[in-house]
Amino acid sequence: MPVAGIDVGSQTTKVVILNDGQVVGQSVMVSAEEAETGARKALDEALQQAGLALSDLTTIVATGAGRKDVSFAQKQKTSLSCLAKGINRLLPAVRTLIDVGAESSTVIRINEKGGVDDSIGHDRCASGTGAFLESMAKLMQMPLPEMGQESLKAQRRAEVSSMCAIFAEQEVISHVHRVPPTPKADIIAGIHGSMAVRIVGLAKRIGVKPEIALTGGVARNVGFARVIEEELKQKVVVPDNPQIVAALGAARIAQEEGGKQ
Amino acid sequence: MEANYGYSDGSGDYFIIVDTDKCNGCGDCVTACPERVFEVAPDDYGKKVALVKESVASKVSYVCPGYKPCSANVETTCHTACKMGAISHTW
Amino acid sequence: MLFMGIDIGSRGAKGVVIEDNQIATAFIGDTGPESVKTSEMVRDNMLAKLGMDMSKITYTMATGYGRVLVPFAAENVSEISAHAKGAHWYFPSVRTILDMGGQDCKAINVNDKGQVTKFIMNDKCAGGTGRFLELIASVLGLRLEDIGQTSLESKKNFPFNTVCAVFAKSEAISLMKKGTPKSDILAGLHDAIAVRCYNLLKRVNIEKDFTITGGIAKNQGMVAKIKEKLGMEPVLAPDPQIMGALGASLFARERYMAKQNAAPAS
Ligand code: SF4
Ligand code: SF4
Repeated sequence: MPVAGIDVGSQTTKVVILNDGQVVGQSVMVSAEEAETGARKALDEALQQAGLALSDLTTIVATGAGRKDVSFAQKQKTSLSCLAKGINRLLPAVRTLIDVGAESSTVIRINEKGGVDDSIGHDRCASGTGAFLESMAKLMQMPLPEMGQESLKAQRRAEVSSMCAIFAEQEVISHVHRVPPTPKADIIAGIHGSMAVRIVGLAKRIGVKPEIALTGGVARNVGFARVIEEELKQKVVVPDNPQIVAALGAARIAQEEGGKQ
Repeated sequence: MEANYGYSDGSGDYFIIVDTDKCNGCGDCVTACPERVFEVAPDDYGKKVALVKESVASKVSYVCPGYKPCSANVETTCHTACKMGAISHTW
Repeated sequence: MLFMGIDIGSRGAKGVVIEDNQIATAFIGDTGPESVKTSEMVRDNMLAKLGMDMSKITYTMATGYGRVLVPFAAENVSEISAHAKGAHWYFPSVRTILDMGGQDCKAINVNDKGQVTKFIMNDKCAGGTGRFLELIASVLGLRLEDIGQTSLESKKNFPFNTVCAVFAKSEAISLMKKGTPKSDILAGLHDAIAVRCYNLLKRVNIEKDFTITGGIAKNQGMVAKIKEKLGMEPVLAPDPQIMGALGASLFARERYMAKQNAAPAS
């Protein structure tokens, strides 16, 4: 029986449709001003992929920052429980999940059943979130998706020690204007490094147990994933579609619990 | 003097507090702390006291995991090392 | 005898020379990329105004974030102690100081001798600092000097539920697009900053008299909001920006005198 999970993030809305436990449709779209409209669009796209209609879905579960605005979902679940459920299906051995989204970062300790043992979040400060990387990409005049590749060319990490996104910007500007300027790749590696320090610092507060997975939109950045590994001194796995993990988890919950309140 | 080192940002309050009236400058906290948070130096009124290093103060919550998690992992923390009870944490 | 205090802040560089417990001259400029050059520029400007050279200055001390980079200063003190001393000189009755600088914010308790008894400083987060106000001014297309006044024209506060400068900036941009009056946006932001300052002040003891120092003390909108949160009227110095430099010059005098007394009379 087909079910859907919708993750309404601050920047993108993700949908996963499961039918008898198999992923039959998925989509990622820029969130609309009205969360509900964006959620509908993303859902329609995934439905089309699956060759299904809205009426075919038995249960819809919403998650993410905008989950409360999705009136057509039967249930709302926190991102924490959805992330845990989602990663548990993709990578069952994962005990620590680091999720870095556009406006938040979260570290979750997960048990064998995919339940949440402990978690710590960071969502009221832009440092350590995708918003930080985005403003840095603008500053470096480089498309965000290219930052990861570029940073792999770095010889060393340029020093970006400020913990605040705004102050770090000033440091980056001074690297750019230095004579001779600090190499671009080094600056970007420094930017990734400073973000990794923040997130790893957060993770240490609840303890880090292997295996470790990195998810969320920022996980697609290979350079960032690498510095997280360097900072943790442990291997970190990134699932194929790191953005849709929460939506997948929501769909799993829809399947397990049904629409009953 | 009650010196608060750290910051509050969007996510919370992170301060390490050193009561310099209690502190005798022995430096036990310096050796105890696994993250090397403290140093002993004269303050502006000439008293030798423990302080949080300047390089640490602006990222204290990323250097020190907070008192509880730290005490779960190490035998002697800054709190237990300090016989004068001069150090406290807000997180 | 003349004593010099130099305060190299993250944005502004300030200097004060005192003579016979009076301010002989003061200077305020921008901090350049090189702190050493900046400090020399402050020094030379003051000496030129006084028509003197450095040999007339008995002792010099530095403070501020670039304090170790002032080559001609004999010693340095922390901004905290310097602000406390400066504020105490102006207002001996002051017990609580809020210093709002370009990149940080401090709350200080000071005793009747001008010594710090409690302090807290926030220099990690741009939310609640002058840098934040600068950003907002540029987003709204206003001059930094004008935003305080503009915020006072607001009919209703727009509530900001974030203290992060990055998130607040994007919120301000989307409000502008929706046509929210600039004055309301500014009133909301000033309010958010005032709440932050108040939270910082709560960590020290809020006691009378209360003063605000630093460049932002000149922003009337900000002062009004802080007054409202604290329910306390601040006493304001004519030039709140030079407080740190003034304090450093007073420290210079004190340290010099102590050295004279300690040295065997010959
Ligand atoms: S709690 Fe632990 S890491 Fe933190 S300052 Fe104390 S000893 Fe250091
Ligand atoms: S530290 Fe910077 S990024 Fe974090 S809340 Fe403050 S302004 Fe925002």
